[in-house]
Amino acid sequence: MGDRTLLQVTGLVKSFPLGGGFLKKPSGWVRAVDGVSFTVARGESFGLVGESGCGKTTLGRLILRLMEPTSGRVTFDGKDIFAMPRTELLQLRRRMQIIFQDPYSSLDPRMKVEAIVTEPLRATSNRTRSQRRRVAAEILEKVGLRAGDLDKYPHEFSGGQRQRIGVARALCVRPDLIVADEPVSALDVSIQAQVINLLGDLQEEMELAYVFISHDLSVVEHVCDRIAVMYLGSIMELAPTVEFIRQPRHPYTEALLKAVPFPDPHRRSEPVLLEGDVPSPVDPPTGCPFHPRCAYCFDRCRREKPSSEEIEPDHWTACWLNSGRGLEGEQT
Amino acid sequence: MSPPLLDIQDLQVDFHTPEGIARAVDGVSLAVLKGETVGLVGESGCGKSVTSLAILGLIPSPPGKISAGRTLFEDRNLLAIGPQALRRLRGKEISMIFQEPMTSLNPVLPIGRQVAEPLMVHRNLPRSAAMEQAADYLERVKIPSARKRLNDYPHQLSGGMRQRVMIAMAMICGPKLLIADEPTTALDVTIQAQILSLMMALKEESRMSMLLITHDLGVVAQTADRVLVMYAGEVVEAAPVTDLFDHPFHPYTQGLLRSMPRLGGHDRGRRLKEIPGTVPPSTETLVGCKFADRCPDAFDRCRKEKPEPAGIDRDHWARCWLFEFPKKRGVHG
Repeated sequence: MGDRTLLQVTGLVKSFPLGGGFLKKPSGWVRAVDGVSFTVARGESFGLVGESGCGKTTLGRLILRLMEPTSGRVTFDGKDIFAMPRTELLQLRRRMQIIFQDPYSSLDPRMKVEAIVTEPLRATSNRTRSQRRRVAAEILEKVGLRAGDLDKYPHEFSGGQRQRIGVARALCVRPDLIVADEPVSALDVSIQAQVINLLGDLQEEMELAYVFISHDLSVVEHVCDRIAVMYLGSIMELAPTVEFIRQPRHPYTEALLKAVPFPDPHRRSEPVLLEGDVPSPVDPPTGCPFHPRCAYCFDRCRREKPSSEEIEPDHWTACWLNSGRGLEGEQT
Repeated sequence: MSPPLLDIQDLQVDFHTPEGIARAVDGVSLAVLKGETVGLVGESGCGKSVTSLAILGLIPSPPGKISAGRTLFEDRNLLAIGPQALRRLRGKEISMIFQEPMTSLNPVLPIGRQVAEPLMVHRNLPRSAAMEQAADYLERVKIPSARKRLNDYPHQLSGGMRQRVMIAMAMICGPKLLIADEPTTALDVTIQAQILSLMMALKEESRMSMLLITHDLGVVAQTADRVLVMYAGEVVEAAPVTDLFDHPFHPYTQGLLRSMPRLGGHDRGRRLKEIPGTVPPSTETLVGCKFADRCPDAFDRCRKEKPEPAGIDRDHWARCWLFEFPKKRGVHG
């Protein structure tokens, strides 16, 4: 990808202390993100899927340095975001923004739409109030609201419209990257389609890159160019969307895809059930995090954690089944 | 044909709000036959949950009020039998599972007690015998080492396990009808698959009927025999599940099916078909069809007159002027 690379995440780890408190040692650590690496190109949609508690939201926050990592690196346009001073970070934030899941709790009910949408501008530029208002009006039109909405409060809008306000807030600084954390999960299906289409149109128009976090595989398939699936803090598989959906190579991806209830009564399949629950990240299994639920598990899976290998061009898995069968194997 | 197990006719539920009277359910008729699974689908606020709560007399009143309709269960009108008789029915002949297993279980009672309770109340079993059966049933819903967990509290279980406890509680008296209101919406997709398959297996074993309320068309396609689509308090289309997915008639049903991205579909990157606009507030009294403002095919008559259900064939009808057929059927779903 070369200079098309916008975001590079390398060996990112985030641990949270368990228990403990003031003057008290934590009783243990949870590795919410456990050594994650990937890149996102300019203008690309990168999907991050996984079940609750897999660490996808924490990862999204780390990418924007909304929290500090335990170890690892994130570079944005070649610059290490964890090494830079606060003033520089603030300038960089103009180029990376976030959209949250819940359009109700992510907008301050006491702020007018104008103040909400222009807040990132106030923080990062020294434009005058009227200039900011003009930018905000322009952006509102772009996301399908009206300039007249600037003087309203969030409660005057429906859920879908609120999510448009959230999108407008992220866009008003003309960012290069948007982390969208479950942006349509709280919306009904007819409204969901409106917001997905809007995100797609804006991407084309403004050459945006998305890190699109979602638990909904059909939405991610629709939106994204590449998909990574996380399980207990690690990426299990990463591949271009068509390959990911049609030829998944990790048993977890396979199980996840088969569990989605297909909206066709003629295709009632007895799903291949994944037994049991996701293990607690407080006490993760040894070896491969997926092995207790995996149908193909063998000895090595219980002992050693597989690292991510490129098994086909741009297709990575962390699974002993695929290990050594990949590109390196073919080359030698 | 035997009469339906549950037969709701022209149900109407109003809520008194500061903005005026909101008609949450506006003349809903639906029937559930013995052994049948009926899916009730629609988006938030369409009245599907209120309909299900009204069946069991669980509408908080005030502000809610059932202002019209009949709900026949076998030969009893549930709206008329009174709170005492309803209480004897709930959990015994009709049970309910809710969306959020954490808030619908009692957090300060061990799960064994909660599962045994219906037996103690409805069958007058002594506690020890009830607990014994509760343990058996928890094994049946595949709670691992169920006997050891009888004294666990809900917070010690995962979301999927809590929903299994809810199912055990609802099913232990062998109800004739199970009402499941978004039973898997709060769960992850792999857990959802486990719970749905468990529910369907138990239903087959016991020949129970089920009313499944959900917003997820995928879940309906995989489980229901017949489907009713609700919009703004009304049933707008009813059909056997395959007919509904193969030949949706109502523009709203068509819109719902088209606006949904499909896994492994060929629509990747293409624009999804949207349904423009939003649902009208239920405090508004609308003349004509409630969907007219968002409907791509609406014409004059739609804004003036309210369409009555029109039959496409015996089991398939829609509330839409586009499908006006000479022979109009009754409202029975």
